[in-house]
Amino acid sequence: MLRGLLKLTWLEIKIFMREPLGAIGTIAIPVLVFVVLGRFLGRRLVATSSSAPALIGIDVPVFASVMIALSAVLSLVTIISIYREGGILKRLRATPLRPYTILAAHVLVKLALTAVTLMLMMLAGKRYYPVGADVRLFPFTVALLFSTFSILSIGFLIASIVPTARFAQPIGTVILYPMLALSGLFVPVTALPPALQMVARVLPLTYAVSLLKGIWTGDPWSAHLSDVAALVIVFAVFTALSTKLFRWE
Amino acid sequence: MTSRSVIHVSGIRKTYGRTVAIDDVSLDVDEGEIFGLIGPNGAGKTTTMECVEGLRTPDRGVISVLALDPFRDVYTLQNRIGVQLQEAQLQKRIKVWEAVDLWASLYPRSLNGDRLLEQLGLSDKRNAWFMTLSGGQKQRLFIALALINDPELVFLDELTTGLDPQARRTIWDLVRGIRERGKTVFLTTHLMEEAERLCDRVAIIDHGRIIDIGAPAALVARHCPERTVMLVTDEATAGERFRAIPRVTAVTCQDRRFTILGRGDELVTDVIHCLSENRIRVTDFRTELPNLEDVFLKLTGHSIRD
Repeated sequence: MLRGLLKLTWLEIKIFMREPLGAIGTIAIPVLVFVVLGRFLGRRLVATSSSAPALIGIDVPVFASVMIALSAVLSLVTIISIYREGGILKRLRATPLRPYTILAAHVLVKLALTAVTLMLMMLAGKRYYPVGADVRLFPFTVALLFSTFSILSIGFLIASIVPTARFAQPIGTVILYPMLALSGLFVPVTALPPALQMVARVLPLTYAVSLLKGIWTGDPWSAHLSDVAALVIVFAVFTALSTKLFRWE
Repeated sequence: MTSRSVIHVSGIRKTYGRTVAIDDVSLDVDEGEIFGLIGPNGAGKTTTMECVEGLRTPDRGVISVLALDPFRDVYTLQNRIGVQLQEAQLQKRIKVWEAVDLWASLYPRSLNGDRLLEQLGLSDKRNAWFMTLSGGQKQRLFIALALINDPELVFLDELTTGLDPQARRTIWDLVRGIRERGKTVFLTTHLMEEAERLCDRVAIIDHGRIIDIGAPAALVARHCPERTVMLVTDEATAGERFRAIPRVTAVTCQDRRFTILGRGDELVTDVIHCLSENRIRVTDFRTELPNLEDVFLKLTGHSIRD
């Protein structure tokens, strides 16, 4: 069935690129925002404080990466629900394609797009973000793909439960973006009130952000084993739940 | 035609919550025939078909398809059957050849996709996106996808719904072509004309139950033996002559136009004999034969269009 998986993956990439906003929305816009942000903030920062470059050098790339990952998850949720509503999933199911092959193809598409977007972003932003752009790119890419993969399983679960495509995107947004607020991306988790810290600790995105930030700033993987473990657990739990709850029509 | 049964369904029942979709459905489809499951929308046609395809599991009853259990052996079965689903869609921007190519890659054995598209009249739409195809073209593509693995058994669910009469006729020819390749076709339709013209045998289903099974002509003969002859004549004594024919049950006359009701296939011949023996001149002569639609009305007490 590998032939079917590769064929379906390649086909889904081509189809995605034919969407009016497909390539522009997921690849061009994040890269553009990143460059504009870098240009705008970068100039100002050189003139002002000395602690600021660390902020931009670390947080903006990590922030942009997390946004790429989240948009991949949301787009997966939308696609799955559109496919279900339109009877496409059902039609594919009546072939020898196994259910997980269909889902795996979509995950591969999202991971590939995530990697390409990240790469373009880093290339375009090299001028503005000298920190890290030269050294840690490979491990960071691995960390981002790993985090995306894990968070995609949350997308599966949302896609499994949400009844129609019209609700898929808003519900996905409502679930994912609050997680972002507590993830430690804007405010360090340790600076949150104790109650919110507890909440942050059970949110999967917190571990993704911690891993991404760490790897970007040069931590070895061994310093983030707990993050990796947490993301693996998230993946296992959400994938198991969604296979139980998944509906084809 | 051999009488080897390729689909055997015995006493299946399927409920959704409190709604009984189908109950005690039994039927056999023989090798090489076009078998139609006919009934109004919501009668249980699609549920029955999807149970046979292995897409749904009945709550009780036995199904065997090509000597396989469609639920347990679903992946083996899928290589040997072709499926067209009601109201299924493909990705909006998938090209016709890409869909055929993808489907071909999924099966261990597949036909030449380009030749198949040519046979279905889709060659010039090879590079068109799915969303730009007309209803008839979409259905022809779905037929192509159902045939790509050269299946022994093809399922077609409401294949011509929503198509204009001309597109419908094209599709009928294609379905007959499938039978000529030696394949068995199991289809559903709510169009009685389609069933009558296309199917070797039909099963009539209503409210989730099979009412009767047989060849369309046999069902008509069994349930609606009435025949009607309408003719126009100036002959004053004609009415009495017609009433004297043994098979005639009623004769009415309105402004020289006679309507003769009777039973059995012999009625028309009898009326013609009567006309020639009595040298009755007629200026118009028409017969009206009951069809499957009348059979359905008689068996269910309601029209299939309701």
